[in-house]
Amino acid sequence: MKNEWPLWEVFIRGQHGMSHRHVGSLHAPDAEMAIKNARDVYTRRNEGVSIWVVEARHIAASSPSDKGPLYEPSESKVYRHPTFFDIPEDVGAM
Amino acid sequence: MTRDQALFEFLCRMGDNTLILGHRVSEWCGHAPVLEEDIALANTALDLIGQTQLWLGLAGEVEGEGRDADKLAFHRDAWDFRNLLLVEMPNGDFGRTLMRQFLFDAWHTILLGRLMTSSEPRVAEIAEKASKEAAYHLERSADTVVSLGDGTEESHARMQAALDYLWPYVGEMFVADAVDQAMAEEGIAPDPASLRPEYDALLGRVLKEATLIIPDSHFAHKGGRDGRMHSEHLGHLLTQMQWLQRAYPDARW
Amino acid sequence: MYAQMIKTAGTGVKSPEEMTEEERRFQARVDANEKIEPKDWMPEDYRKTLIRQIGQHAHSEIVGQLPEGNWITRAPTLERKAILLAKVQDEAGHGLYLYCAAETLGVSRDELTEQLLSGKMKYSSIFNYPTLTWADMGAVGWLVDGAAIMNQVPLQRTSFGPYSRAMIRICKEESFHQRQGYDIMMKMAQGTPAQKKMAQDALNRFWYPSLMMFGPSDKDSVHSAQSMAWKIKMNTNDELRQKFVDQTVPQADYLGLTVPDDHLTWNEERGHYDFSEPDWSEFYDVLKGNGPCNVDRLTARREAWAEGQWVRDAMLAHARKKAATKVAAE
Repeated sequence: MKNEWPLWEVFIRGQHGMSHRHVGSLHAPDAEMAIKNARDVYTRRNEGVSIWVVEARHIAASSPSDKGPLYEPSESKVYRHPTFFDIPEDVGAM
Repeated sequence: MTRDQALFEFLCRMGDNTLILGHRVSEWCGHAPVLEEDIALANTALDLIGQTQLWLGLAGEVEGEGRDADKLAFHRDAWDFRNLLLVEMPNGDFGRTLMRQFLFDAWHTILLGRLMTSSEPRVAEIAEKASKEAAYHLERSADTVVSLGDGTEESHARMQAALDYLWPYVGEMFVADAVDQAMAEEGIAPDPASLRPEYDALLGRVLKEATLIIPDSHFAHKGGRDGRMHSEHLGHLLTQMQWLQRAYPDARW
Repeated sequence: MYAQMIKTAGTGVKSPEEMTEEERRFQARVDANEKIEPKDWMPEDYRKTLIRQIGQHAHSEIVGQLPEGNWITRAPTLERKAILLAKVQDEAGHGLYLYCAAETLGVSRDELTEQLLSGKMKYSSIFNYPTLTWADMGAVGWLVDGAAIMNQVPLQRTSFGPYSRAMIRICKEESFHQRQGYDIMMKMAQGTPAQKKMAQDALNRFWYPSLMMFGPSDKDSVHSAQSMAWKIKMNTNDELRQKFVDQTVPQADYLGLTVPDDHLTWNEERGHYDFSEPDWSEFYDVLKGNGPCNVDRLTARREAWAEGQWVRDAMLAHARKKAATKVAAE
């Protein structure tokens, strides 16, 4: 339907300094209204302090068939995770 | 009229405006043009109901006769209501609802801004909270009025008709009476007339962008905020709103 | 349960030998509890069934605003009014999340709306019953939301990622809905004789329609088996109905209200309540459009949609003009 309002993806940053996180989508005639709608739809429970919106058609996404090449190489790099290292308890919190 | 009597009247005016407008806006729930607007309108109504609890709660406290916000909302008859005629006008189409909202929000934000420096700390405190909500309402209603005024030929005609219909109810916001004089002398609330220049400037700016023409008339219907003569619409609204409390006066809900 | 009698596309569960290589890989992922995402390969029947199910679920949320919206302007206190309005608003939000989840499958919200309004798609039978007293606001929250939660909690684990995420958000938000309903029921059941009468009357009217929400028995249905294999249906209708009865009866006892079923008894051996089936001919009548409120509900939605057309058009027209002016200025 050509007169349907475009679809927007909504990203919200919560109170505690975390990154913006995708929370869902909505329809709006333009970016300004998308932000307002996002405020009304996705922050009804005091969820956020900052809103990003981007029109869904502008999102470039990786293709599912690339899943192997894109993500599996990192699986072998276990040393990137803190649990890889055994630190004696006597050292204290680290 | 003592200070507290005048203050009570003033607080009823504030609380009845938000009560009646909140009620009107809530009538849209489930019927708006698009889901996003349905949700946004409900947020506005929720804010207004919340503000009502504060204003009428304080009114009851000032009166000191044991009436709380619910008692005032559900157990007064039309002549005791002190809301502007503007807010009791029926919703009409979505355009008229948003035009009414804009005409109210513009006044409400300016007034609440002044009330934040009220000499009465309890008034200042409520105004502080309410003004943040009202600022968002204004942003949203002004944007929508601009969109619909400028949008299509049909929407433009509907918005101009809405403005023409509601315009005679704008003037009542700025007419002072003995209550207002008492409030102004005490430094509790501003003289209503003093809000007009800022209001006119704001309206001029938004309605111009909306490509709408402000009617060339200063005629104002009055009788809401002093309760002298409400419209016929208020009685019907109260019949619905107060029905349960009136039909089952001994019940607790 | 907001999705009822969803016709599962396809011919039923295939054995691994009957499946294509793609289907086998897909089913293995579902079996391993991996989430299927919109761009992943999926069987066409899976996609079709999901559109029907998520779409019907979304429609139910939107039509479901109406019976409760019926009391917003008559709520007895300011606080009750605010709570009810917030709840009905949440339902609009839930409809919105679900439409968005359906949209990831390649159908637009407007298309789904048109199908609802033309009667091609259905919504839950429960919303075709009237709300006649304030106690109905209690009964709807307690029973109807209670029944819906039974279904929605397991659906958080459904195989389709966007649906699962929508359900997680919905369940989180809905946690207060059933409680506020029960809270109203407690006030009514402990109130004046008139209030108590309203409470009992509400339970009488909503009990069987609530049981119908789970749909007729489907334990032998091939369609149901396929949906369960795809993990877009997590339990049989009978399982959920039994769970609902077992949970709700003690809650009715606590209120001092009587469940309108003479055959209701605790079955020690099964560890469950035995209860009467609802009148399924009534259920099919409601589905066919002959419930007490079918016409009113659809008319309300049609009017809102038709009367909103000029608003939707105008806001888009303004946005386009604004964008064009901006481009011209650059």
